[in-house]
Amino acid sequence: MRKIGVFVCHCGLNIAGTVDVKRVVEAVEEYPGVVFATDYKYMCSDPGQALIQKAIADHELDGVVVAACSPAMHEVTFRKTARAAGVNPYLTEIANIREQISWVHEAEPDAATVKAIEIIETIIEKVRYDEPLEPFSLPLVKRALVIGGGIAGMTAALHIADAGYPVVLVEREAQLGGKMGQLSSLYLNFDTAPDLLQSRIEAVTRHPNIQVLTEAEVTELGGYVGNFTAKVNGSEPFTFDVGAIVVATGFDLLPQSELGEYGGGRYPDVIDSLQFEHMLAQGEIRRPSDGTLPKEVVWVQCAGSRDPELHKPYCSKICCMYVAKQAMAYKQRVPDGQAYVFYIDIRSQGKGYEEFVQRAMTEYDVLYLRGKVARVFAEDGRVVVWGVDTLSGKAVEVQADLVVLATAAVPSAGARDLAQRLRVSTDEYGFFSEAHPKLRPVESLTAGIFLAGAAQFPKDIPETVAQASGAAAKVLGLFAQREMVQEPTIAFVDEELCAGCGLCVAACPYEARVMHPWKPIAVVQTALCQGCGACVVACPNKASSLHNLATEQLLAMMEPVL
Amino acid sequence: MIETVTSFSEIIEARSGEPVRTCYFCQKCTAGCPVVHAMDYQPAQVVRLILLGRKDTLLRSTAPWLCVSCETCGTRCPNGIRLAPVMDVLKEMALQEGVAPAEKKVYALHQSFIDSIRLWGRVHELSMLMEYKLRAIDIFTDIGMGLQLIIKGKIPVLPERIKNLEQVKALYRRTGR
Repeated sequence: MRKIGVFVCHCGLNIAGTVDVKRVVEAVEEYPGVVFATDYKYMCSDPGQALIQKAIADHELDGVVVAACSPAMHEVTFRKTARAAGVNPYLTEIANIREQISWVHEAEPDAATVKAIEIIETIIEKVRYDEPLEPFSLPLVKRALVIGGGIAGMTAALHIADAGYPVVLVEREAQLGGKMGQLSSLYLNFDTAPDLLQSRIEAVTRHPNIQVLTEAEVTELGGYVGNFTAKVNGSEPFTFDVGAIVVATGFDLLPQSELGEYGGGRYPDVIDSLQFEHMLAQGEIRRPSDGTLPKEVVWVQCAGSRDPELHKPYCSKICCMYVAKQAMAYKQRVPDGQAYVFYIDIRSQGKGYEEFVQRAMTEYDVLYLRGKVARVFAEDGRVVVWGVDTLSGKAVEVQADLVVLATAAVPSAGARDLAQRLRVSTDEYGFFSEAHPKLRPVESLTAGIFLAGAAQFPKDIPETVAQASGAAAKVLGLFAQREMVQEPTIAFVDEELCAGCGLCVAACPYEARVMHPWKPIAVVQTALCQGCGACVVACPNKASSLHNLATEQLLAMMEPVL
Repeated sequence: MIETVTSFSEIIEARSGEPVRTCYFCQKCTAGCPVVHAMDYQPAQVVRLILLGRKDTLLRSTAPWLCVSCETCGTRCPNGIRLAPVMDVLKEMALQEGVAPAEKKVYALHQSFIDSIRLWGRVHELSMLMEYKLRAIDIFTDIGMGLQLIIKGKIPVLPERIKNLEQVKALYRRTGR
């Protein structure tokens, strides 16, 4: 018979202000199996924890129930306390009498006290049937897979490789470099993009720890954090094990043809910003229609961005800055040309960014017009831009030679399919979702898969490099562990009862259940199981069960509240 | 249409000495202007029209004529643009190019003020206002208050010349008047 101690916390007045803790202690003391019960002002405090440890020693307890706040708050604390006193941590359970009782039943203290007693009794029943468990360890493959060979992927790969771990870098195109490889010069200093990039490409291709696979895509991914198996369809198909993955698939521009109101895809002299970058990189700014030098050039910002009705509601974030750069680069090459920029707001957040945009206006005489462009149409060989200058309230018409659309940045083609193959979630636009917008910005919601660069959301090069470095740090943090530790409170299959029907395989949302290779039974892939219990419900033979949440245990737990 | 955008703002900058192209339209000048309610274009809009090269609109605007040169805009501008000198340039341009002043009475007062100083070396309010009333063809406004001021001795009846009137006249000659 298990000897159980019950420790009722006042939490100051949080619990004791509503629940009659003395009455609770008196009631549970009488409950079968309870050899000791007491209350204390703050059980999580050092004296409170010492009290628990002393009671464990004095009464030779082998089960502990702490009636206090939510287990999300202090389960770890009290399990540690009990373990230090010799009680298996999985025989220490929390009865939540704060969030679920005192805070929600303030108006009915009597009923709250009765409910507290019943809830504690259910947890006593749980501890009675709990088995002592130990966390188990899993092997860890210390090799990383980086998907995407742009500046994000190359940066992450270099950091991981420099720390001494092998990296496989998979790039869809024939060359490394990604979107940065299509740029001419970069803000703020007009650094030449190819020069900066080339040093990275050389470092990556020469690195002894990096294996580069170009013209290759990840076609299949199995396994779990620490033990992924990836299939790649390069020049020859190739399967390998990796422990961590960095997704760095970047972005694309919204196809111009979707911007009919701006003449996108309709007039040769309406181009997108990457086409203009190409002209700058080639050193030849020419009108595509007749090859002449454009003297009046209009940039249209937010072309498809910040437009919830027709296109994308979000701000593509990078356009304000590169448009300023492109307009300045144009004026450097065509000093007597006139550059116009139509914008809604200028978003120049970054070190030196605002000053850079101001330079475009004051030193380069780029005319910024605050207002969205209504229409672009062709007339007499020119492209006419109709807009408004909301600052003066005047309608504006520009007879332009060339119109550059700063089209919305969208996820790279195929990002959604890749996300599905990787079992990583994406947002409604197809950008990869981070685990937490503030505290876990470089992790995906799938353990062991990290995000870098514009695959998560449009980012410029400094931000991309920063995030890629962060993703590499997360990978290295994972690789710094000797092995991986997994909670033992997961599902198991009773081989005697299992009929091999496979219903649990379909029910499992984590792909943690598979059929045995030759025996007619289902087996649990322990590393993937999250202990949700879907298989227990699905199993017609009661062969599936959860450690420390067995069916009989649950029935015993329900007894006190019925 | 936007015409000769650059050149017009450059001319204004050169003549006024004010860096109008640094304006980022925070509207602080408009917010602090005590006479904005009477202007057809607000101070920030005047800067905007300069950058758009809308010279014709500006020369016909009442804003430069209604500006009282209180310098609130210039004191508050984050980019150090003082609009009073800019407004002066616009008024000068209008006169030079034969555009009728948008506020005739303001122009009449300016002329009377300048004439009074040329004559006496300093302002003589009574004769200046008499000239203004003739120029503006507005004889009776505020006449009662004027008489009271004269009776109380606040406005001297007779003018007083300054000692070195010749120096003031030399200034007038240098400006071509």
